[in-house]
Amino acid sequence: MLVAENITKQFPGVTALKDVCLELHPGKVNALIGENGAGKSTLMKILSGVYNEYEGRILFNNKEVSFRSTKEAQDAGIAIIHQELNLVQDLTITENIFLGREITNSFGLLDRQQMKQQATVLLKRLHLNISATEKISSLKVGQQQVVEIAKSLLLDAKVIIMDEPTSAISESEVAVLFDIIRELKSEGKIIVYISHKLDELFKIADHYTVLRDGCVIESGDMNDITADGLVQKMVGREIRSVRKREQVLDRKLMLSTEKIKLYKGEILGVFGLMGAGRTEMLEEIFGLKENVIQIDGKEVNIRSPLDAIRAGIALVPEDRKKDGLFIEADVRENICITTLDAFIDGNRQTTLTDNYINSLRIKTSSHRQTVGTLSGGNQQKIVLAKWLATNPKILMLDEPTRGIDVHTKSEIYELISQLAKDGMGIIVVSSELAEILAISDRIVVMAEGNITAEFDAGQATESMILKEAIPKN
Amino acid sequence: MESALERQNYKQLLSRFQSLIALVILCVIISLLSDKFLTATNAWNVMRQISVNVCISVGMTLVIIAGGIDLSVGSVLALCGAVAAGLLKNGIELPFSNLYVGFTVLGTIVAALLVGSLLGAFNGFVITRFKVPSFVATLAMLTIARGLTMLWTGGFPVSSLGDTFAWIGTGWFIGIPVPVWISGIIVAIAIVITQRTKLGRYIYAIGGNESAATLSGIDVKKVKIIVYTVAGGLAAAGGLLVTSRLDAAQPNAGTGYELDSIAAVVIGGTSLTGGKGSIGGTVLGAIIIGVLNNGLVLLNVSPFWQQVLKGAVILAAVIIDKAKAKN
Repeated sequence: MLVAENITKQFPGVTALKDVCLELHPGKVNALIGENGAGKSTLMKILSGVYNEYEGRILFNNKEVSFRSTKEAQDAGIAIIHQELNLVQDLTITENIFLGREITNSFGLLDRQQMKQQATVLLKRLHLNISATEKISSLKVGQQQVVEIAKSLLLDAKVIIMDEPTSAISESEVAVLFDIIRELKSEGKIIVYISHKLDELFKIADHYTVLRDGCVIESGDMNDITADGLVQKMVGREIRSVRKREQVLDRKLMLSTEKIKLYKGEILGVFGLMGAGRTEMLEEIFGLKENVIQIDGKEVNIRSPLDAIRAGIALVPEDRKKDGLFIEADVRENICITTLDAFIDGNRQTTLTDNYINSLRIKTSSHRQTVGTLSGGNQQKIVLAKWLATNPKILMLDEPTRGIDVHTKSEIYELISQLAKDGMGIIVVSSELAEILAISDRIVVMAEGNITAEFDAGQATESMILKEAIPKN
Repeated sequence: MESALERQNYKQLLSRFQSLIALVILCVIISLLSDKFLTATNAWNVMRQISVNVCISVGMTLVIIAGGIDLSVGSVLALCGAVAAGLLKNGIELPFSNLYVGFTVLGTIVAALLVGSLLGAFNGFVITRFKVPSFVATLAMLTIARGLTMLWTGGFPVSSLGDTFAWIGTGWFIGIPVPVWISGIIVAIAIVITQRTKLGRYIYAIGGNESAATLSGIDVKKVKIIVYTVAGGLAAAGGLLVTSRLDAAQPNAGTGYELDSIAAVVIGGTSLTGGKGSIGGTVLGAIIIGVLNNGLVLLNVSPFWQQVLKGAVILAAVIIDKAKAKN
């Protein structure tokens, strides 16, 4: 059993955790829930030895422990699998699993045979049917995650912490992951499961702990609570449900490509499993590949993102840190980058930044705060602001709420529906069925690069959509 | 609590002006040890000497902020100096004819700047079109430009270039040496570009996150080619200053200048990973290196020790910067 007692962690100017108590039981999946900034990551970083200055005690199997490094925590049997996986892309599965714990023979040389054998055994145990000599870069994200789990098994970890493990994998991969979690559970491991996806928690978790503003709000058995109840506890206030759809009467065709059509004032949901080609489709429209599309009935040749922007298209990319933000630049520089004049007009920038900070409720200490220090939700709002500033006719959003807390999520849904009401054409790509169903007027399903089905939102059900999303052969 | 806050502000102030403070301390120490240091003649002398490095380093700063590096500046400097000297002295024979074209001083200046810019543009083209890492592309150009310099000069210096040309490197204008005017104007323009223009923002954006820059509609290739072209042009300007001051184009001029220039950029606080840095910092960095060189000469320190000390200063600057970033 892993117990945290009265943990308090201070950062300069902020109390990240206040008197947090947590009990984690073996053979159980313990869900840790809370909005972004609630303190989940901080708590896990303390348990896994990343932070070693804090108040309070940690008891592991009734013995007080304090880890000075992640290595010490790992040696004690606590492994953490971060949302952004810690794998070296150019090394093989075996080399990654044994990274830092290589087996050597009596000459001090690497014992490849031995390592490969052990790795193969681990992969088999996790039902990953891939050679241990494959490079990580050739694996899908879901498979890479299994390799991370294999790494923790090699350490003989007794506690495995998973931070948003399903944020980047498709629904079929989630099923595989859950099978593995159930097996680990039956072996008596302590699983800590951090996720924003409440429906998943009801499938896999046994216990829950809700954090808000650095405090534990409530802990309990998953059977004793509903999804609405959890949301209530997380946000501490009533959240509004998503938009009431209005009948789109004026079906004016706005965008037409080989694959899809988009009408004025419409929210088109695009669903597909990982690798279905959704992101590629958006990138093609946005000019990362040269292509010809029709906008308002006229043919436009799009050869670069600049052409797409001139044609009134905006793309909020899937990976905001990699493709959306200048992480070391400040809020103002990020918001203004798409609409600069040849000579910079400071006043216009100030007004623009103020406008979006207010209208999107971006929480930042000043225009000059580095965006890397903001929470995921606020970062996403900044990417949105930068694109809204270009006054687009067509807004494409790729996984707009990935890794974002419930409250910001509903704010973004509201914003999207308001924009559509004002006449913008909106494409939302998502791998969360609930999200697609909640916000779309029309839904198209993709599999293997093609559109396989189209539904009016009112008629579609989860199972209908999922059926079309699964590749046929 | 208040005093902690004050201390924080004080610390911030200190770290912001860290290079300036280092420079002042350096000056105080040298002036205590040598009475020749703090004289107007010596000050102008130092300024004149560093103006070449300032020219090159402005271009280098832009390249490094954009996430690249330019190792070819020293060779490009030599080639452009040689081109200017050769054209001024001998003119050029047009191929397949018996025509000779002579060059005025202005003509040679334009020609040298053109050659430098073209070589820079070529760097940028290779880097963006063929995705060759800037380190490799400009390393190749370092060798190519040096080879071309040897071919152009036959390996011998081209000297005696006339008083008008010599004025660029040795003359005075309103009480200030001409090279200081030239480098000062270049610095002023570069500061305006980096701080106040769209191009400047784009340079930072590309160095900060190239993928996000592309997706924000920035023409990354164009901006990069501009940056390398400017770096080449500024190396040419440096070449003109050197050639004019010595009244001769030496075929092995500028050897190792790329390293002095990178040192100035780094001491000035620009990150080699791109996206961060400033022209002002680089100028300070160049002055620190210049003052250090000058001071050590005045104090009769062996040139070998000068190199060791210069290296130590570069290391110290980067280590302090890293420690600062941690806080």
